[in-house]
This record gives sequence, C-alpha cells and structure tokens, in this order.
Amino acid sequence: MRVEGKGHAIDRTEKLSFQFDGKTIGGFAGDTLASALLANDVRLVGRSFKYHRARGIVSMGSEEPNALVTLKRGAAVVPNARATMQPIYQNLVAHSQNAWPSRSFDLLAANDLISPFLGAGFYYKTFMWPQSFWEKVYEPVIRRAAGLGALVPTYDGARFEKADAHCDVLVIGAGPAGLMAALTLGQAGLDVILADEHDAVGGQLLLETQTLDGLAGPAWAEEMATHLASMPNVRVMLNTTVTGAYDQGDFGALQRHGLDQAEPVHTLPEETFWRISTRRAVLCAGAQERHIAFPDNDRPGVMMAGAVRGYLNKFGVAAGQRVAVFANNDSAHQTALDLAAAGQSVTVLDSRSDAAAQGDYELLAGAQVVGTSGRQGLRKITFTQDGNTRSLACDCLGVSGGWNPMVHLTCHMNGRPTWDEDIASFVPTPGSIPGMVTAGSCGGLMETSAVLADGVNVAAAVAKDLGAVAPTPPIPATDARPTGLEPLWHVPGHGRGWLDFQNDVTTKDVQQAAQENFRSVEHMKRYTTQGMAPDQGKMSNVLALAVLADATGRGIPETGTTTFRPPYVPVSIAALGAGAHGKGFAPERFTTSHAATVARKAPLIEAGFWYRPSYFPQPGERTWRDSCDREVAMVRSAVGVCDVSTLGKIDIQGPDAGAFLDLVYTGRFSTLKVGKVKYGLMLREDGFVLDDGTTACLGENHFLMTTTTAAAGQVMRHLEFVHQCLRPDFNVSFASVTEQWAQFAVAGPKSRAVLDAVLDAPVTNKAFPVMGCGDFSVGGQNARLFRISFSGEHAYELAVPARFGAAVFDALLAAAEQQGGGPYGMEALNVLRIEKGFITHAEIDGRVTAGDLGMGKMVAVSKDCIGKTASARPGLNDPDRAQLVGLKPVGAVKKILAGAHLFNAGDDVHRTTDQGHVTSACFSPTLDSTLALGFLKNGRARIGETVVMVEHLNDLHVQVEVCDPVFFDPDGGRLRD
Amino acid sequence: MKIPCPLCGQRDSREFSYLGHASLMDRPAPDAGDAAWDDYLHNRENPAGVTEDLWSHDYGCAAWVVVTRNTVTHGILSARLAKEGTS
Repeated sequence: MRVEGKGHAIDRTEKLSFQFDGKTIGGFAGDTLASALLANDVRLVGRSFKYHRARGIVSMGSEEPNALVTLKRGAAVVPNARATMQPIYQNLVAHSQNAWPSRSFDLLAANDLISPFLGAGFYYKTFMWPQSFWEKVYEPVIRRAAGLGALVPTYDGARFEKADAHCDVLVIGAGPAGLMAALTLGQAGLDVILADEHDAVGGQLLLETQTLDGLAGPAWAEEMATHLASMPNVRVMLNTTVTGAYDQGDFGALQRHGLDQAEPVHTLPEETFWRISTRRAVLCAGAQERHIAFPDNDRPGVMMAGAVRGYLNKFGVAAGQRVAVFANNDSAHQTALDLAAAGQSVTVLDSRSDAAAQGDYELLAGAQVVGTSGRQGLRKITFTQDGNTRSLACDCLGVSGGWNPMVHLTCHMNGRPTWDEDIASFVPTPGSIPGMVTAGSCGGLMETSAVLADGVNVAAAVAKDLGAVAPTPPIPATDARPTGLEPLWHVPGHGRGWLDFQNDVTTKDVQQAAQENFRSVEHMKRYTTQGMAPDQGKMSNVLALAVLADATGRGIPETGTTTFRPPYVPVSIAALGAGAHGKGFAPERFTTSHAATVARKAPLIEAGFWYRPSYFPQPGERTWRDSCDREVAMVRSAVGVCDVSTLGKIDIQGPDAGAFLDLVYTGRFSTLKVGKVKYGLMLREDGFVLDDGTTACLGENHFLMTTTTAAAGQVMRHLEFVHQCLRPDFNVSFASVTEQWAQFAVAGPKSRAVLDAVLDAPVTNKAFPVMGCGDFSVGGQNARLFRISFSGEHAYELAVPARFGAAVFDALLAAAEQQGGGPYGMEALNVLRIEKGFITHAEIDGRVTAGDLGMGKMVAVSKDCIGKTASARPGLNDPDRAQLVGLKPVGAVKKILAGAHLFNAGDDVHRTTDQGHVTSACFSPTLDSTLALGFLKNGRARIGETVVMVEHLNDLHVQVEVCDPVFFDPDGGRLRD
Repeated sequence: MKIPCPLCGQRDSREFSYLGHASLMDRPAPDAGDAAWDDYLHNRENPAGVTEDLWSHDYGCAAWVVVTRNTVTHGILSARLAKEGTS
C-alpha cells in the first residue's frame, strides 16, 4: 500500500509496469522489485529451500534471505536476484523460485508436514540404507529438490569484466560514517574510493526521518554526494559490494551495471569484478537488524522493524494495513513513530517490562510474541503479557532483536570478532585486517551523532598515518535517539522459531545439534547447515549462536562465531572468470607463415598457444594419412619446408657463457667453435631430463640455444635460476628471441638447391658441413643458417628477422616447388623423426634419465652439471629401468598405439608384469611399416626379442619386435651427403 | 598478494611464479655426499611463521627474488634479489 507524502526515492510521475510470476504489476521509477511488490500487497514471494514454507520480504538489503527471484533479461536468465537490490524497469520479468507448480500452491510444501523427520542431520541419518538406493533413488531426488534457483545451461553471451583500481584509502560503505570518512580523507588530498552496494549514498540515513544540520537525511546525503563528486581525488562507486579483504591491501568488489535497464547496455558489462589495491581501508559497513526466534516468525508479513520504516520513508510503502512491532530495544519504536506520523495505527510489543512509549502509539511493555497465524500471510499474532496470552490482528509485524555490526570483512583473514555486552553483539577486533580500521555502527556505535563523529575521527587518524593532514570537516548536528536494549534471542512456544530462513534452520535444530554433542559452533553450523546458504547467515549467525550458547549453558563469547569467509555476497563465476572465455582463455600464437598456411588449407594443431599446420592437403587426398605419406616421401626424395619458429630461442652472451652452458647442459659447450652447432641435453637437478635442443656458437661468447616448443618458458626460467640463484658470479645474460626470429627447416636431398635460390650467396657442402652455422643474407637482410636436421635428411634451418618471415617462407616454398618439393606439417615431421629415432617430449616426459634414452655417455665425466650428481644415484642406473627402444609389428596385426603397454609373451596382463610402454607411433611410408618408440625394461639388451603390446581401449594384443630406435639410415649418410 | 620486487617495486603476485624454499640456492658440492644431496633435493622445512622462498618475476624483470614472509599471517616482510646471495 502506498502512503502519500512519503517515499523520497520514487518518482510518482513515472509509472512502470512489470511482471511477477506472469502477473502484471505497477510501480514507480526508483522502486526496487521488493518495494513495488509490497506496494501491491504481494506478500508471498517465494518458498523456502527445505520445507517449502511460504516466505515474504524480510529486509531491504543484500542480506535478504527470502525474496530471491529469477530475472529474465534479454537472452539472459539470472537466478537468485535479490528483489531488495533490484530496481524495477518497464517490462521487467521476474519469477519466484523453489515453488512448483506455483508459489501459492506448492507441492513440496508437503515437506513441512513431515518436518519432524527432516530436522538437523536428517541427510546423514535417513539416506543410509539400503546402499543401492543412494545412486538410484536418494541422490536424484535430493538433487531435484536441492539448490536455489536454476541455471540455464547455455552461454547467454552476457558480457562481464574484471578490472583493477588503486587508491590511498578505500572507504567501504557510504552511510553516515563512510560519507564523513570519505570527505575527511578527500579534503586531506588522498586518493579515495568510496564503495557502496546500493544505488545511492546515504546508507541508513535514506531509511530514517532523522535530520542532519536541519536537512532530511536523504537530502543531506545528496548534498554530500554532490560535494564528493566535485572532488577529483574521490571516486564514488555505487552498486559496488566489497566482497572480500585479502593480503596486502587487496579487496575484491563486485559492481553491478545497468540494473535499471531492460536490456543489457552494450557499452556496459553486466558486472565488473574489481580488484581494489589500497594502502588503507576504512570499513563503514554499518549494522544490520537481527530477528527474534519466536514461533512461526517466518510467516510472510513478518519483517525487520527497520525495513518496515525504511520502506515507508524511502518508497512510501506501508508494509501492512495494521502493523505491529515486536522488539527488545528503543530503536524499533521509531518504526511506530514514523508509521503513526503517516497516519497508521501501530502497536508496539516490547519485551522489556520497563519500556516507555516515545510517542503516540499503543505500547505493550513486557510482551512477547509466541505465535503467528494466517495462511500465505500474517493475519494475527499471539502474545503473552503479564502471564496472559492474547492475540492481536495485524498483517505486518516489524521485529527487532537489536543490531549486529557487519563485522564480516574484518574476519576474512582469520580475525575473530569481540563480544560487546552493551549492544549484545560482536564488534570487530582491531587489527584483524592489516591496514583496515572500522568506523561508525560497524564498530558498535549506534547513535547517529557518534557515528558521524567516528567517521571523521577515524579518517583523520588514517590521513595522519599516511602523512596527509588537513582540517577536519565539522560534524553535522543531529537529534539524539535512544538506543537502549535488553537481549532477547528466542521465545519458546508451540511451533518452530526460525533462525536461518534460507536454509530452514530453527531453534530446535540448533538445540538438537547441541543435544547430539555438536556443541562447537563450527560443528553446529555443519550439522544444521545454518549460515551455509547464499546469504552466509548474515541474519541468522548471531541469533543461532545465542541459541547454541543457551543450549550448551555457555556464554556467547565462549561459544564464539563461525568463520566469515569471502565473498560477502555471492559473486557470479562469470564475473570472477571474466575475460577467460574463448581466446581470452586460450590466447593464440601465430607464426609468420600462418597466413600462407591457412591459405593452403592446412588443418591447424595446437602446440601450447601456438598453432602449427598438421599437413598440407593436395587435391585428391582423402585423409590426413594420404597427405602425410606424400609429405614424408617428398622430404625423403626431394625437399620439404617447415616452419620451426615455435621452438624456443634463447640468445646467450657474456664472457662466462661457455662455462654457464657447461653447467646447464650435460655436454661440454665451452669448447664449441664459432660457426658450430651442438646437440645438448639438459637435466633437472634430480637427474631427470628437462629438455633437449641444439645450441649454436655464433661468435666469441655468443651462443644461441634452441629449446623444444613446449619447454621454452620453463627453460628460460631455469637458466635464470641457475644464473641468479646458483652462479651469480658468472658474467652472462639471456634474452628470449623466439618471437624475433622466424625459422624454417629446409630438408631433403634437394634442400641446398632451394637455399641457393633464396640466399644471396650459395652454400657449399664442404664449407658448410653438418652442424655448421653462420651468417648469410637473404634479399640483403641478415639471416642465420644452421645445418641441422630433425628428419635425418641433408637439411638446414634458415632464420630471418620475424618481419621477413612471411616473405621468406613464400620464397622457400616457391623454390621448393621448383624442385618437386613443398611444405610439410607436423604429422610428416613426426613420422620423419620417429623413423630416425629422434626424441620429443613424448619421450622426455619428466621420468626419463639420459641413461634411459641411451645418452648416458653425454653426461660429461670431467665437469659438473645440473643433475649430474643425482643422475648417478643407483636407482637411476638400475639395468631394469625402462630404456628407449624401437618397436615394429611382427604378427598379423600391424597396429601400434602410443600409450599402450608392453608385456612379455605369455605373461598375465597386469601392472606387476608390465614391461614398459609405447611413447610415439606412426606409419612409415619410407619403410612401409608401423614404427614406434617406447620404453622397455632393460630394453637395449633385448633387441630382437618379441614382446606383446596390449591396448585395452581397442582390445589390441600385438606382437612387436624390439629393435634399435633408429629405423632409417642408421649410419647417417643421408645427413652428410 | 603483492611482492615488493627490488627492481620493479610492489607488484601483484600473479606476475611471479613460485619455486620453493630459498635453501635451493645452497646447492651442495658434487662430492658433498648422499645426505647433503638428499636434503637439498627433497627435504624442506614447513614452518608456521617466517620463511624465505624463491619467486621468479616472470611477467616483469625476470629477476629471481628471495621473499621473506610469514606463512601464518601471509605478511610479506621483505624481498631481495637472489643474485645478491643467501642472507
């Protein structure tokens, strides 16, 4: 029901209509979904989680446990939107949750009838037997019934964002304390961020009739907003909830955008997850009113007393025709005063026998509500007073059990709050978050004048601490309001007193937990699920542990609180993971030949973030094997060109470069001559192989190391580690030049002819032998040539500055095609190297030693190297270790698959009889056979033996012959000619 | 979490990669014996309190940094360049 003359937040000239559960309802611009529903007397807004009890709006903020709705925004479906935090817009569509078939007639409400069996721990006790029922019956049923709201499994395209912000001081909460703190800090010249989760500054002032310096609270807040907006060093972030406090002054915050827009706004993301990095923080999170656990306190129409007057003052909404207030404190009397001033008659039931009326309304002192009734909404309360039980007709009951300071953020780094007897609640423990202080009612101050002064004083101390001193602003004058309170937690009686509305936890559940010896507050929480719902027990925690304290005969301070953990409000995964979608999740790295590769319709294969061609299909080729076989034959008979730029390239320079390489490689590089290349094996300190590659000596004290594509980053970090952490005395430095040089392999008997067509001066076999390197020029530009081969053919790798890569690749291909050659891809490259027994990371998988690879002799005897000592361990030299071997099929079945395991013929196939495994396999068109590399126990001594390859996925048992890993051209003649 | 890189200043920990305890800088001599090498390769203290560990500023200056921090409070107490040696 709307009340004339009230409601500063709404614009009565702008009418809006929206849908709730299919019914069209009207509201005003400035309404939240909750205020508009209340204005239209919609009281039942959803069903509870476990018992499917009818539930109504309780609060006005993000703590709202009941009014969670599903919004349809364009293509997006947003579950669990808080009706209290969602502004309405024209044609908004919202649905209630957890109710089927409808919120007023809900079938699972039958759960409530059997509630005696569904109490705390019922999951643990009920679904135990028979065991087979778990998977087939219990779990599917529970899954269907569980959860709040429902996700739409398709990607809705909504845009989310992550962002960073930096400031000197973050002020959290823009209520009276936060506004004064931001003003004080701003005037001191500090960079300030003032964040508030609502859409306007003012906090509690927007809900009250209190005046400041003669201005109404909302008007004063608006003036402050204008003033702060004029200060360039103060940034006010509205709709921004600070969700967590983290190490070294980092805070997480969730900002919601375009909430009042019917469709997502293209220029705005839906939500931004902020990482705010600050030197200091002032927490002005305020306090929240708490409930009293009297019987059936969850009936729609039972609300927080502060929310009842807040809806009246802010939105001009009377939450009922006939309102009662049940409280244990003075502040709730203000609800009666505000309603009475608006012409409503109100009755206040105050549990304190000495309570006095503050104005013209009916007061029942020493009264306690012991029951409520009314189907789908409150109609009547029952109460006791002076030993008599009476009833009172009302359709709205405002409840106040006192106020709880919002200590959450102070507990995010394991801080524990301190019990404050005066306000019967927990207050922050100073120093809980390094660099953060609290001000205002979140520190336990309940009088507005004290809150305003605290904002100034705390901020002034922070400013001084940061070396910024300025005159502090005057503290606004305000009327004093009484804040007396006498604790009252629960009222016994018939029916259940609800603590956690979201997870349906009652006083009985907590008492039962205590009875069953779940006496620790953390155990009680887990046994009853109190505080484990999306609201994280914002309303229920203090109440629940007061009940637990009572049930266990301990005091509340001894009982303690459960741990408040981030986030303070639920944060959508979409916001946390913003940007990590598609290319943002897996960036793409392209070589300089990428465009030419794509133009030739080569399918691409990922290698880390790189994309490399799989093969280059030709007309008439039907499968990848057709192309691969042709490319292999092309390289073996003519010439092929392949982009190998993705291999890591590290430029190493300095007087100690040679000595440094001796330390990181097993072999000796300090004696490598200028113009020569050498193959190197790199070990980890534990003796296992880290990586392999070639290193070229380009000049005196100048080397170029290549790494495998996969390990480029790891090797770079390793080199820096060895230098900086182990041998800082070495005068050597490194630079990754992977992206600076495009490098192409030109392989095959006609490779020299191709190079001669591209290089400015020809190459001769004699002047440029195997493992030679040197500077050449291509089109007048510097180029580097290496006579190295990963195919076993006479081959070169030509490197040019990356900006010439595309042009040089085209030139090489044109020249190669003249010689009957062309490009080849990763498939052919793999076949060529398996035929030659060359290893990749399929072989060096982190578990193999140099000895396993047959490269034990490469560990130089006469010098130390990383991994040398450990590689001498007896266990790493056990002849029974698996060693690299070649494998060929010899039976009827010719298939060998990588990943399959090897067994002795006749043995049971079992892990205990395992003899080794296959690491790489291919069909070799050169040898017209399947070939594979693998590791076999004591393999080098077993060449010629037949073992069995077992592959369970395809149920393959294949007889394979153990052979030397070099299948093709074992003496290497093709390389040299 | 932020790490005060001696070269770059206070930087977000996401720019760094973690290796392990700073004792990894004390590589034994090749002939130090099995026990010393076993210790170096495998054994680490896991203190509740102040510890020193090695971070690499990968997305920054590539410096290896010895960070002194408190595992209980998550406080970062100091940081120095690894190449300046052990403390």
